[in-house]
Amino acid sequence: MSLLVFYLFAAIAVLAALGMVVLRNPVHSALSLALVFVSLAAMYVLLSAPFIAVAQVMIYAGAILILFVFVIMLLSPGTDQGVGALKAQRGLAILFGAALLVLLIAVLGGAVLPPTRGTFTPEAIAAEGDTQAVGALLFTNFLLPFEITSILLLVAIVGVIVLAKKRQSISKQ
Amino acid sequence: MPIDYLPILVMVVVVVAFAAIALTLSSLTGPRHPTAAKLEPYESGMPPFGSARRRISIKYYLTAVLFILFDIEIIFFYPWAVLFRQLKLFGLVEMGVFVLILLIGYVYVWRKGGFNWD
Repeated sequence: MSLLVFYLFAAIAVLAALGMVVLRNPVHSALSLALVFVSLAAMYVLLSAPFIAVAQVMIYAGAILILFVFVIMLLSPGTDQGVGALKAQRGLAILFGAALLVLLIAVLGGAVLPPTRGTFTPEAIAAEGDTQAVGALLFTNFLLPFEITSILLLVAIVGVIVLAKKRQSISKQ
Repeated sequence: MPIDYLPILVMVVVVVAFAAIALTLSSLTGPRHPTAAKLEPYESGMPPFGSARRRISIKYYLTAVLFILFDIEIIFFYPWAVLFRQLKLFGLVEMGVFVLILLIGYVYVWRKGGFNWD
């Protein structure tokens, strides 16, 4: 059952990824990318990692994709722009893409992942719940990095205002 | 447990099936008498003007990036909310510090007129 669901979402993810590359309209590409992100979230759920699934939906499908859509809105590329310039690269792209595929299959095809070590075995995480496992560490052992994240976000917020907000409107106040 | 997420999968299937059936049935059975007025895009009853593919003001970029930053903040609330009872007062204080630092950013954006549309 689980394997069937995996193949379903794997097929959706691959098709949507292809659509993201092939579709000419950038908005359609962005929607395909959203489908890829959601399919990947479903795969994380199948791997008993619902926290990563939620993060995938909220950060990738929520935030990153919104950024892409906003960039499409701001730049408003025509549906046929950019394709002509890339035509000369098409042969090379296919060649190098095929070479990369062969290399990946050669390297990863025979790879065997080492057995899990440490306290967080799949069974332990399944018993505790992965959100609980992440949270328990984040709010105790990794408390300082967690609080520093807020400073990082603060720096980013200040950076946005400094870069994107016009100076004159600040001096007006 | 992946099996706990079965209702979501069922809902996704139902939603996709409902949308597909509704669109297919209405396109198969609905009468079609197109006129120029009917084929116009609907813009709240106003006569449509300009292209929908025009570029949009860079001011929206500020909104987008601020949204993303506060959206990233939310992902930290999720494990915190799950563990809220176990963390007790300590959890409340540490999230308080986290929110306080981000509140400085919020107040900064507010004072600099980041929410104004000038």
